[in-house]
Amino acid sequence: MSAEWYVVLSSLLFAVGAMGILIRRSPIVILLCLELMLNAGNLALVAFSRMVGNQQGQVFAIVVMVVAACEVVVGLGLIVAIFRRKLPLDVDELRELRG
Amino acid sequence: MEAVLFFVAAIGALGGAIGVIAMRNPFYGVLALIVHLFSLAVLFLLLSAAFVAAAQVVVYAGAVMVLYVFVVAYVGGGEESAWEPIPGQRFLAPLLGIALFVELAIAVLSSALLALGTDGPDVKAGFGDPSAIGYLLLERFLLPFEASSILLLLAAVGAVVLAGRKREGDPA
Repeated sequence: MSAEWYVVLSSLLFAVGAMGILIRRSPIVILLCLELMLNAGNLALVAFSRMVGNQQGQVFAIVVMVVAACEVVVGLGLIVAIFRRKLPLDVDELRELRG
Repeated sequence: MEAVLFFVAAIGALGGAIGVIAMRNPFYGVLALIVHLFSLAVLFLLLSAAFVAAAQVVVYAGAVMVLYVFVVAYVGGGEESAWEPIPGQRFLAPLLGIALFVELAIAVLSSALLALGTDGPDVKAGFGDPSAIGYLLLERFLLPFEASSILLLLAAVGAVVLAGRKREGDPA
């Protein structure tokens, strides 16, 4: 399979993730869609690394995984904090910061 | 054989992604994301990235998803209300997603990258295995490696500060 297929699949997955962030309103599902987008980026990185034939893209993908893990930890911590304060778990109702 | 495996894994990844955004219950969304992550690990193996695939299964599909399942079980998966602050958002969002995909596909396919249509160069047997990646991480990319370890530490401390139980007498 040529690298084109992988990159097109990765852009399709990225678009699906972006669509999910726009459609869904539960913060947990929005975090899941962020994971989809980060993984689409990882797939593109690994595909390009195979296309070029060196492994540095794979190291980049591993660093992206680390950043995604941090994002999950902080995001889920926020969700637990929101839940503890008995606020609604809905990103459209949590809009005190809206300008 | 490789093409069959690619299409099976691609359908799994796409189905999992659509499952994440289509499931009403966040718990089933997490399960769909696990399917997606396993399919992506198969794709990484096809791209001869063995270590990335293993890390994907162990770290993502294992640890991170357990964290998600735990939090979903803790806060409970409520139904989303039908109230829409922006009229037509549910109708416009898929259009925007399709536009984004078309734009990305055009940007990639019309680029002048010569190797894009090829399978890539032939690689040695050890390409992407743990020793090669570990050598790169600890020799050439030592500084990013240490920076990401500091980032992990900061995220752990931040999560404890955000979600930790308040003691008596703490200011709000």
